[in-house]
Amino acid sequence: MEITARALWTLIHGMGFGALYLLAFSGSLVELYRFTTSSASGEPTPGQERFFKFYLLAMVVLAWAAVLTGAYVIYPWYRAAAPPGTTDLSMFPQRLLMSRPKTIGWHSLGMEWKEHVAWFAPISITMVAFVLIRYGRDLKNHRHLRAAVLSFAMASFVAAGIAGFCGAMINKYAPVQGGSTIQLSRGEEQ
Amino acid sequence: MTPTDRDASPNAPALTNGSGAAAMLAAGIGSFALAVLACAGDKVAAVKNSLIFYKPTGPLSGVTTTAILIWIGIWGILEWRWRNRSVGMGRISVIALALLGLSLVLTFPPVVDLF
Repeated sequence: MEITARALWTLIHGMGFGALYLLAFSGSLVELYRFTTSSASGEPTPGQERFFKFYLLAMVVLAWAAVLTGAYVIYPWYRAAAPPGTTDLSMFPQRLLMSRPKTIGWHSLGMEWKEHVAWFAPISITMVAFVLIRYGRDLKNHRHLRAAVLSFAMASFVAAGIAGFCGAMINKYAPVQGGSTIQLSRGEEQ
Repeated sequence: MTPTDRDASPNAPALTNGSGAAAMLAAGIGSFALAVLACAGDKVAAVKNSLIFYKPTGPLSGVTTTAILIWIGIWGILEWRWRNRSVGMGRISVIALALLGLSLVLTFPPVVDLF
């Protein structure tokens, strides 16, 4: 069992940062709602409040790590130009997608949208985390601000979801490959 | 502090809403700047070439770096001006959310192709 260095980076980007961010979001949405509603029941303790702020900061780090590794590590491999006359396009994912009518949409729509929409996730969640840390429980007393914070958090989730879906589908049809091979296990002889 | 904010809760807010409004409006403007730059880079060759800050990543590097600088810059200015003030939060949140919504639409390739 082995994996290439580029595939490992893609895994770190997509599963390590992106998917973990999406997973973390479900928990944060519940906490955000609880944290920002006016109801006195379920008032968070100072310890819970501190934990939630760290949780949001971790989400900010995950979101930025996902877009930065995507743009500066994976994307250059994805968009690499194939030398003239290349017939095997497996090392050039963008060219591979564009070479077939059935897959060209995964580049022209999927990647073209993903590469930009993904950045709304870290921008929005950074704003959400800043406001939560700055205002804490006082956010309950700012009706418009808390509604906007919830909306930006939802937008962050939608943006990350679009990017994650497109990324997974693109990698299914034209996986990023190459680089050194990492041996994970030797397997058993039959 | 706006009357609506005060009416929202029996407790008076301890902090003014200026800082939150600054963060929110800056995020909306930063997102919109990213969408406009992406659209411009897609349509105008000269803009596309000027946005190549890091060749392997292509124009995406310039689009995102410029948008982040705009976002952080505007956030800093608004934070400095509004930190201790109360502002019309309802209007600002509508503008910020409209900018964010427009940004999501403007980055959708079939919409970009309309220009």
